[in-house]
Parts: sequence; C-alpha cells; structure tokens
Amino acid sequence: MKLLELLGYFNYWVFAIVLSVGLYTVIAKVNLVKKLIGLSIFQSAVFLMYITMDKVEGGTAPIIQKGLENQVFSNPLPQVLILTAIVVGVSTLALGLAIVVRINECYGTIEEDEILDAD
Amino acid sequence: MDLTPHLPALQVIVPMLSAPLVLLLRPRGLAWAGAAAVAVLSFCIAASLAFAVARGEHFGYDMGGWRAPYGIELSVDAFSALMLLIVTGAGAVSLLAGRPSVDLQIEQERQPLFYAAFLLTLAGLVGITVSADAFNIFVFMEISSLASYVIIAGGPDRRALPAVFKYLIMGTIGATFYLIGVGLVYMMTGTLNLADLEARIGGVTDINPILMAAGFITVGLALKAAVFPLHVWLPNAYAHAPHMVTVFLAACATKVAIYVLIRFDFFVFQANLPGHQLQFSLFLLPLALMGILVASAVAMFEGHLKRLLAVSSVAQIGYIMLGASFVSQAGLVAAFAHMFNHALAKGGLFLAVACLACHYRDLRLDQLAGAARTMPLTAAAFVVCGFSLIGIPGTAGFISKWLLIGAALERDSSAFVLVAIILASSLMALVYIWRVVETLYFRPAVVEAEGPGEAPLQLLLVTWAVALANIGFGLFPRFPLALSSAAAELLLGHTR
Repeated sequence: MKLLELLGYFNYWVFAIVLSVGLYTVIAKVNLVKKLIGLSIFQSAVFLMYITMDKVEGGTAPIIQKGLENQVFSNPLPQVLILTAIVVGVSTLALGLAIVVRINECYGTIEEDEILDAD
Repeated sequence: MDLTPHLPALQVIVPMLSAPLVLLLRPRGLAWAGAAAVAVLSFCIAASLAFAVARGEHFGYDMGGWRAPYGIELSVDAFSALMLLIVTGAGAVSLLAGRPSVDLQIEQERQPLFYAAFLLTLAGLVGITVSADAFNIFVFMEISSLASYVIIAGGPDRRALPAVFKYLIMGTIGATFYLIGVGLVYMMTGTLNLADLEARIGGVTDINPILMAAGFITVGLALKAAVFPLHVWLPNAYAHAPHMVTVFLAACATKVAIYVLIRFDFFVFQANLPGHQLQFSLFLLPLALMGILVASAVAMFEGHLKRLLAVSSVAQIGYIMLGASFVSQAGLVAAFAHMFNHALAKGGLFLAVACLACHYRDLRLDQLAGAARTMPLTAAAFVVCGFSLIGIPGTAGFISKWLLIGAALERDSSAFVLVAIILASSLMALVYIWRVVETLYFRPAVVEAEGPGEAPLQLLLVTWAVALANIGFGLFPRFPLALSSAAAELLLGHTR
C-alpha cells in the first residue's frame, strides 16, 4: 500500500529529481554553456509539475464538440500558464547564450574560473 | 472621456507599447526624448494614482472586461501606489538626467535599442506592482528581469558581462522558485487571484503543499530582492552597469521584489496559516540583522565607489526587511518609508557618481582623490545624499531610521540589541560615506580630470533636484508617511 502510494506520485518524484539535477548542474559546472543547460533542465522540471497537476483522470483535450456531451476535460489553465513559462524559459536561454557569446568575444573563454582570473 | 478608471492599465501599457516605438526613433537624440517623455508621463500617471489613493480611493481594473477571479485583475492600493511612485520616479529621473551619461557610454546607433529595453524594464516593474494575479506577477517579473539584463550588459565595461550572467542565473532560479510556489498554491486552491487565494487557502485540508509554496515563494523572491545571503549577484551587476542603469535599478528593482514578498506573505499566507507570522518574523529577522552588519562592514573596506554604494544597498535592504519582520504597524511604516527614502538617497548618490564619471573614467576611490576641487557642486550633492543615507537629522534617511528605532523599541524582547545594531550600522555608514567625502575633498589629486569644470548641466540639475528632495522629504515627510501608514494598515488588516 505504502509503495503504491509512492508510485502514485511518480510524476512528482520525477519533477523533484529533474529539478535537483538541474540545480546541481547550475551550481557545480564552471562552463557557462553547461550552466545554461542546467538552468534549462531546472526549468523543464517545473513544466512537468504544471502539466501533471492539470491532468484529470480520463480527461481529454478541453474542446467542446457537437454530439459529444458529458465529456471529462483536463484543466486547460495550467497548460496555458506553462506555455507562457516555456516562452519565458526560451527567451532566458537565448539571452543567456547571447551573453555567453559576448563573454567569449571579450575574454576569449567561457570557463568561469578563467574569466575570474582575467579581471 | 474620463481616463481615471483606466489609469492602472495605462500605467503598464504606456511604457510597454512605447518601447517598440522608441526603437524606430533613429535620428540622434530622438530616442532619448521619446523615452524620457514616456517615463515622465508614467510618473504623472503614478502621481495622480497616488493622490487619489491618498484620498482613500482604491482602484481595481478587470483586464479585458473579465470579472476578477476569472480574468486578470490589476489593483492599486496605498502599498502599490507608494511603489509606483518609487519605480516611475526612478525611471523618470534617470532618463531625464541620463542623456549625457548614456552618450558617453553607449554608441549612437545602439541607443534606441538601449532606451527600448530601459522602457521595457520600467513596464515590467510597474506591471509587477499593479498586478493582483500571482502568475501575472511572474510574467512581469521576467519581462523586467530580461530587459534589465540587457541594459546592465549594454555598457562598455566588459566586467558587466560575467556579472550579468550571474544575475541571469540567480534571477532565473529565483523566478522559477516563485513559479513552483505559485503552482503549488494553484494546485491546492484552483485560483491565482491574490484576493481569491486569501479567501480560499483557509478551506484547504492538506496544508503541507501550502507550506512548501510559502517556502519556495519566500526564498525565490528573497533571491530577487538580494536579501542577505542571497545577494551575491548584486554588487558586481550594479557596479559595472552603465551609470544611468545603476541609478534606476538601485533605486527600485530590488524593492519591487520585496514588495511582492511582503504582499504575498501578508495577503495570502499570514491570514491563513497558523503560526506563520512568527515563522516569517523569525526567518527574516536574523537575515536582516546579518545583512545590515556584514554588508555595512564590507562597504567600509570597499575600494571601488560604485561597488561600495552597491554593497551598502544590501545593508539598506536589511533595514527594510527588519522593519517588515516586526509585523507591527510601526515596523511596516518604517520599512515602507525606508523604501521611499532609500530610493531617494541611493538614486541621488548614484546620480552624483554618474556626474563624477563624466570626467573620471576610473571610479576606484584612490583615483578620485581631490575631485571636489574640480567638481564642487557634484561633490556637495554627494555629501547631501550621503547624509541622507547615514540618517543625519534634516534629511529623508533620518525619518525612516527614527521610525525603525521607534518600532524596535516597541518590541518586548531584545529591543535594545536591535537599537544597538541599527545605531552601529549607522555609524558604519558614516565611516564609509566619510571615506568617500574625505577622498573627494581632502586628498591631493592623483589623476587629472579629463575635462574642465562640472558635469553637463542637465545631469547636474537633476542630481541637485534629487539631493534637495532628500532634504525636502526630510523636513516635510507627510505625504510618503501617509501612504506608508495607509499601506501598513491595509496589510495588517489582512492578517487579522
């Protein structure tokens, strides 16, 4: 019973693990691009959390159709929210990569320790 | 047609929609004129909102005509009106003063891009302030953050790039933490509207996800607000940004995050979670005290003028958090008054730094020796704003420190320890400001100024206007205090 309960939260376990993997990568890596990869993983974990919570058992896409009444729908709001968050994540990643390119132009390296030594 | 009910929406829409238009203003100087006009207009909107709120009005605005818990609501009460004044005031002042400084630091053809990003930052910060919707706050937070990364990295200083990268990483982690918290709250209540959340959290049976959410939201926003152990991104980002950007962001950016932190906690959590008030207080009080002491001590030994002032900002954030952590009327009034007064003092100081930077390329203290002899007016403005930062009577900074000490004395336990720490850190502020004053006035010059005479008139005039405002609000503090105490009553009204 206990095990089933744990398995029932499968998606949330994955969320927690992916979140930690991302955060660890951001903190532990010195290469700036790898840091950004970690940041993206970290953000994707949150997308998973939002998508998980909107799922209603047996629910389908929330589109009202003629002839199909009494349908069970998944909650569309978290999907819309996370669509916005995905856009934010993509623009953050793009801006981060642009900054890394500029850092590479100015310093000739994208390793954090070498940049610190350069100034 | 009466525009008054639409002011909350216009407050956001005006700077946001003008940003792409400013981008098109290619001829020399036009982009600046457009951006400055928009910023002044935003300030006028904020001022009229603030006066209406001070008369006791409250603005609610249903975006797109969708009713509040379903649609996105904007709302302006005393707390947000005070914040709007700070944000738009900082924006208007830095843009009005900014042209000579920006001309020096940013090439002509990139200026429209810079001003557009500047307006987007302003729009984002204003948007956070007026939203009454948790997710909308996240979106505006990211708009303002992304735009502010761009303007911080926009200057000629290459050290700004690693600094802004660090800010981007930490800022994104903070915002994502906030997003996780909002997700957990939404999962348990099914709503995102702050007022609706307040009403519904009480009915939640399993309180654990809400507690997790409170933790994520508090830590995420504390990261954005640079509360003490999470402040490491701030000093370098502010020190190496273009001078005008530092004026703007140092005056208002972290305060907006504190605003959301306080608002979310008081509106949503304190009303419904048993014992949360005490947790809030016990969590933030030690952090605030350590921030005040450590950052003031670091500032005493800092050799770069802009970094010194940036580190001092971390200590000032400590004062604001200290006032908020008292969770009392007097404490909150002190915290909000300090937000206003610190914006005035630090904005003025960074404006004076921008004046100095017109003739001195290197802003390390030993390079600035004797600068008061070539730029006496700039140095005098620095002294006035510096006094306000320390809290000398007759300046704005004194009012909020006085209130903070009064609020600390109201506490039963450890009142005198708190007062001692506030006084000690004020003395440390005296030390680090005096170090700068001594270098400017009494040391023999090491480096010749690059140009003769004072900073450009436009920059100097605005700097002095802000310096005089520091004295003005020190002698006649009624208006900011009225807004602060109305805001404090509002927040405490929600916790009962």
